Amino acid sequence: MLETRSAGAGTPLVEVSHVVQSFRKSDNNRYLVLDDVSLTIREGEIVGLLGRSGSGKSTLLRIISGLVPPYAGDVRWLGEPVTGPCKGLSMVFQTFALFPWLTVQQNVEIGLEALGVDAAERLRRAEEAIDLIGLGGFENAYPKELSGGMRQRVGFARALVVHPRLMLMDEPFSALDVLTAETLRTDIIDLWTEGRLPIKSILIVTHNIEEAVLMCDRVMIFSSNPGRVAYEMPITLAHPRDRLAPEFRALVEDIYARMTNRDAPGAAPSPGGQRTEAGIATALEPVTTNIMAGLLEELADAPYDGRADLPALADSLNLSGDALFPIAETLQMLRFAEVTQGDIILTPEGRAFVQADVEPRKAQFAKQLLAHVALAAHIRRVLDERPSHKAPYFRFSEELEDHMSEEFAERTLRTVIAWGRYGEVFSYDEKTQQFSLEEED
Amino acid sequence: MFFQSAARKTSDPRRALVSPFDLFAFVLVFGVFALFTQGTQDTLIPIADMEKVPISLSPWALPEYALRTTLRMLAAMLASLVFTFVYGALAAKSRRAEMVLVPVLDILQSVPVLGFLSFTVLFFMNLFPGKVIGVEMAAVFAIFTSQAWNMTFSFYQSLKTLPRDLEEVSRSFRLTGWQRFWRLEVPFSMPGLVWNAMMSMSGGWFFVVASEAISVGNTTITLPGIGAYVSTAIAEQNLAAVAWSVVAMLAVILIYDQLLFRPLVAWADRFRFEQSAGGPPPQSWVLDLVKRAHLFRWVLSPLGALFRGLARMPLRAPVGLPRPVSSAWASRPMDGIWTAAIIAVALYGLWLIVSFVATEVALREVLHVLWLGFLTLIRVAVLIALASLVWVPVGVWIGLRPKVANAMQPVAQFLAAFPANIVFPFAVVAIVRLDLNPDIWLSPLMVLGTQWYILFNVIAGASAFPNDMKEAARSFHLKGAQWWFKVILPGVFPYYVTGALTASGGSWNASIVAEVASWGTTTLHAEGLGAYIADATTAADYPRITLGIAIMSLYVIAFNRTLWRPLFTFAARRLRLD
Repeated sequence: MLETRSAGAGTPLVEVSHVVQSFRKSDNNRYLVLDDVSLTIREGEIVGLLGRSGSGKSTLLRIISGLVPPYAGDVRWLGEPVTGPCKGLSMVFQTFALFPWLTVQQNVEIGLEALGVDAAERLRRAEEAIDLIGLGGFENAYPKELSGGMRQRVGFARALVVHPRLMLMDEPFSALDVLTAETLRTDIIDLWTEGRLPIKSILIVTHNIEEAVLMCDRVMIFSSNPGRVAYEMPITLAHPRDRLAPEFRALVEDIYARMTNRDAPGAAPSPGGQRTEAGIATALEPVTTNIMAGLLEELADAPYDGRADLPALADSLNLSGDALFPIAETLQMLRFAEVTQGDIILTPEGRAFVQADVEPRKAQFAKQLLAHVALAAHIRRVLDERPSHKAPYFRFSEELEDHMSEEFAERTLRTVIAWGRYGEVFSYDEKTQQFSLEEED
Repeated sequence: MFFQSAARKTSDPRRALVSPFDLFAFVLVFGVFALFTQGTQDTLIPIADMEKVPISLSPWALPEYALRTTLRMLAAMLASLVFTFVYGALAAKSRRAEMVLVPVLDILQSVPVLGFLSFTVLFFMNLFPGKVIGVEMAAVFAIFTSQAWNMTFSFYQSLKTLPRDLEEVSRSFRLTGWQRFWRLEVPFSMPGLVWNAMMSMSGGWFFVVASEAISVGNTTITLPGIGAYVSTAIAEQNLAAVAWSVVAMLAVILIYDQLLFRPLVAWADRFRFEQSAGGPPPQSWVLDLVKRAHLFRWVLSPLGALFRGLARMPLRAPVGLPRPVSSAWASRPMDGIWTAAIIAVALYGLWLIVSFVATEVALREVLHVLWLGFLTLIRVAVLIALASLVWVPVGVWIGLRPKVANAMQPVAQFLAAFPANIVFPFAVVAIVRLDLNPDIWLSPLMVLGTQWYILFNVIAGASAFPNDMKEAARSFHLKGAQWWFKVILPGVFPYYVTGALTASGGSWNASIVAEVASWGTTTLHAEGLGAYIADATTAADYPRITLGIAIMSLYVIAFNRTLWRPLFTFAARRLRLD
């Protein structure tokens, strides 16, 4: 476990030590979300929590804010143990979380009302925050009337108006389109570097690698299942940062490589790449066969001709890193491609798949599925063994739930059902919730 | 958004001081005040005085009676709202309270309200001996019991489905429970609450009419109102007076809808949670008027400011429970004690009912009452099926033609709100004159008022049917039976189930007034559970009333659980279009 190095001379605001978070599944069975996480946030820095969906980074944010108590470990806010939502800390939400029945002004004032600030002072401070964030003139609008970017500005104004010491941001730009996100992000960074934000520090949760490199002084890279701080990367580039500068690109590449390094996430990648076998208990990402085929075709074509740099491929397909990783990993799992050092390389099986027609494609997919996805093979074996060649859904969901949360178990089964149907390995009847062999129909 | 633009217009200093809207608003406000005072001042007089003034059958007396009836409705609505906020919040926030309150609410929804009347009249008259207000309160309570449950359920369900992010916002900004209630919970549940209040109101007219002329044993109470007017007309065999009351009722519902509910629905639109602007927002000329006229702003804005100020106050419980107490309260052994207490109370209640009923009634009669319940069940089932056969095709036809649908949808809702018991006399006269079998011909009265729920829900379903699917069906030349069974019926099914569920619940209730009907001195009787309860009420035979209500509730619950709920689940799982 890495202990956080002191990144600034500022006093510590948040100290998280050895926090574990897990959810109860049954009496003596818990599902681990965060495993032994420690970090410190000091005054005067922007810290990024970077990780894939399901890495528990949002959970950590909620633990820090006091919304959710940790299962074990210690969280301190200004040296005091956190027992509930903390004073002097505010949050910006991915979904904006504005009250649709309140105007912009009323939404911004809500935090002040809770503090019991009197009406005149509320008005003054709300005006101030609204003007600062560029919402002047929209005071009386309802959120419904605003565009996504303007709504999130309200979210920022609402968080800033209480003059928090720490502002928590939970993927604040990910629900916005690319251009709007960029404008808002730049505005926030500018206000921050000019020292005009009435806050001391920012903690931002994101899955967008470039966003993290663009904004943060320090990035904590999370590994998934369970979430751990796998690596901490200081970013010392001066603001404003240039996305196209070679140092910037190098940092992005480095993080890409570390995040795709599945066996030892965060570690510097070893040459040759790793292969992962998917055991029965491996959670599957819901990647559709159409998307797999699309990516393989793109990869096989010029200019890549079978080998592509992941960030470049993400760009050309208009995908964020978070969307690309699961696809790349699924292809690697099925041995259609290999991921190594931030590159993705087509395998001979992958090339054969791309060149085949509909039916042979399905046959090849079925072969790879049965050979490399243990769950699919397991379902097929159970169906073969049973005289009726039928098995109910819960036969497998219960088995999976021993290893993962209910939600993940369902997602994994839904995924394997879709894959099995495409490969005609088995079929599934939604009405009776039963798996059966294809020949039966 | 027009809220804003309207507000800006009014604050424009160049505008005239008094607008024509103001004049109209002035008349409206003070007219209502005057009527209201007149309507309420009579409630504190002794019953004996009231009985000296017989119900007048002159059509000119109707406006005042209509007002009285409407005031009762309003009072009940207010009571329902308060009940909803308290009960719903309690059920949603306390896990232990939830264990008890939610099943109780579920049962209360299925209990035939009309059966209650005799009990509540007795209770409230004892509360205010000899005063009219006791009887008034009994009537209001009867309406309340027909309105409160579904509003409470809607509120409870809204509280259970609060958007997680908004909940986190209110927690992370440390809103107090009071602020959270008015800032988040009430606004979020507002659209559902308004819709359910409207549905409740539709049902309520039926009960207000039934509850204004109550006879329990030897006491007959007639509260001045439309219901009393109708029952007097029936006693005096005055068909013209019945017709006048129908006209008055139509007018009342229309005014109520325009003055109260349209504005409310239009206003509640801003609480819809979807952030994107959907279709055109609901409009109401009254709401526009309120926003345009200076006078209304002048009267209402201090009220609004007061309310907003109250909602903003950071009120919280003065002292929190000490930690050991609260943790002991939340502990597992406490759960056990709580469950045991619930079971004990339930057993005691069961013993009370059984011993009370057993004072009068033998087991043989219980079996007979079960048989009567079965007869009523058959009536309800057959009539709902018949009504469906008629109204589903009609509803589909209307719903697929947007112009017709726009014109017909309010009419169907209006018919659902109209208290069918007012037109019963016409049917009874026909049965008497034509010498028809009351066992068969009284039955249609049960669905007279409730069938419209099926119609307007099916219209809504057919209107919402996606255009691309209609076009797909047409381009593949789907016609006749195939079109009905593969395309449109599955499409409107979820809506149909909602409508039919409401209709069947209403029909059970209506059976109490429909299975026994009279015209002057002639009384028609159909054999069934409704008639059994009605007779027991007239005879003030409380054990038999209790038995009848209990059995009817059991039938309703069984009917809901075995038929409607599975259909609901099926519709939600397989036939949803979104």
